[in-house]
Amino acid sequence: MRAEQRSGSLMAAPYAAFLLVFAAYPILFALVLVLLKWDLVTTPEFAGLGNVRLLANDGRFWRAVANTFVFLSIHLPLQIVTALTLALALNRPLVFRSFWRAAFFLPVVISGAVVAILWSNLYATDVGLINGLLVRMGLNPVPWLTDPSTAMPAIAAMVTWKNVGFYVIIYLAGLQYIPRSCKEAIEMEGATSWQRFRHLTLPLLLPQTILVVTLSTINGFQLFIEPYVMTGGGPLRRTYSIVLYLYTNAFAYQKMGYAATIGVALALIIGAVVFIQRRVIGKAEAL
Amino acid sequence: MKLLGRIALYAGLTLAALTFIYPFLWMASATFKPLTEVGTLALFPENPTLDNYRTMWARAPFGRALLNSMFVAGTITLSVLVFGSITAYAMARLRFRGSPILNAMTLGVLLVPGQLTLIPMYTLIVQLGLIDSYAALILPYLFNATAILMMRQFFLQIPQSLMDSARMDGMGELRILFTIFWPLSKPVLSIVTIFTFMGSWNEVLWPLLVVREQQLMTLPQLLTVFSLGGGAGSIGVSLASAMVLVVPVVIAYALLQRNFIESMASSGVKG
Repeated sequence: MRAEQRSGSLMAAPYAAFLLVFAAYPILFALVLVLLKWDLVTTPEFAGLGNVRLLANDGRFWRAVANTFVFLSIHLPLQIVTALTLALALNRPLVFRSFWRAAFFLPVVISGAVVAILWSNLYATDVGLINGLLVRMGLNPVPWLTDPSTAMPAIAAMVTWKNVGFYVIIYLAGLQYIPRSCKEAIEMEGATSWQRFRHLTLPLLLPQTILVVTLSTINGFQLFIEPYVMTGGGPLRRTYSIVLYLYTNAFAYQKMGYAATIGVALALIIGAVVFIQRRVIGKAEAL
Repeated sequence: MKLLGRIALYAGLTLAALTFIYPFLWMASATFKPLTEVGTLALFPENPTLDNYRTMWARAPFGRALLNSMFVAGTITLSVLVFGSITAYAMARLRFRGSPILNAMTLGVLLVPGQLTLIPMYTLIVQLGLIDSYAALILPYLFNATAILMMRQFFLQIPQSLMDSARMDGMGELRILFTIFWPLSKPVLSIVTIFTFMGSWNEVLWPLLVVREQQLMTLPQLLTVFSLGGGAGSIGVSLASAMVLVVPVVIAYALLQRNFIESMASSGVKG
């Protein structure tokens, strides 16, 4: 017993030390930084709630928050509909099922930086692939990333394209849990396939839908490399994301206290939004 | 009617698959096109050229970045597997004081978004004098809470009798872990290997903060800096540099796609 106690502690000690240095300390120090004005060079100054007050009145920060909601309002519905459609297709008897699945999943394994660089070229106004297709179909080219009204929707569509394969797998796992007997029973009742989808499949996939909404929301609030590479936050700051603003404050302006305050606010906003979403989806289910 | 439905299904699937694959094919082909041809939709260049690759290779240290990425991701993966499994073994199979706290903290860490700790971690690295070092890229990732929880879960299911008889033979805990538990845990170890390696291979925000020296940059960072800073100068060159990052991943994915999908879906890692 003694020996077990000793080897257990010894084996867990490095991880415990790691947690103290790289988890507990940063979390606590984030809260300290909120109260400081610090450029990493001079001695930190105590600023009280100065950072919090600044944040509350910072139009640029709230612009980034609003941008994130614009992003989510396009990204979430698009993600759910696309993932569900592809998962339903994959759930049928198919030849080459693993090929189709692998094709949908391909962008998930590719670095976000690569995807951003690739899509800034696909979206390019003059030489981009997408406008090339539009022109060939007799339509006018669209300045996707340089028009303030299309830039964020374009990024939202691209992020959906990148991640949808991941959510297809989640839905597919859920679909495979729906018992055959349920499907047969509802077919015996003479339900059309739409009715079957609406009243059987969709409600039974609710846990997966909640997961998709939660993960895409968290992911959306962490948007960074896409605007950093594709638009620099423009045009007219319409694609400026919260993490890009945090990064700029830390890296370009050397405002550590303020950047940490943005980080804390971001964590709180993510927590609140996910909490509200779960309440709303839970209520919708009860109806 | 039934036949029509099946045709529509396969037509839809083909269109969807093309949507996901075609951009990468276009990208690969664009890297072999001279500047005048990049704007065309054609998949096969009329005058194929290696100029884009030559320019990319000459203007920025991509070979070095490839080695950096392999070294950083490899070290992190090895550490997460070896040290992580030692921790998971202790948490799953040994009773010791502090074990419940460790478990609770591990779960807690997963709930905290990375952006909360990003700046404090950055100031910590600055104060330790580790800016522009491999240590800055590696140290914060030596352990991974998701990996530890997964391995712990798996280790819990290995029969106690195996441990008992090994102890009878006088085996120490580490030997039990590496000679008995590891061979039985291949599924979870492969899942952890893939998502840890991929997470590190694709990470770009942290390197952007802690590394400024070009010689120390990992691939995604060098690629980002190179393309944004105008070093690339043209689409072909910037896409050619992206290929250095993509090709190894696509080869590994083609060979192990089932493991990739299982691993990345179960961990929540998305490039």
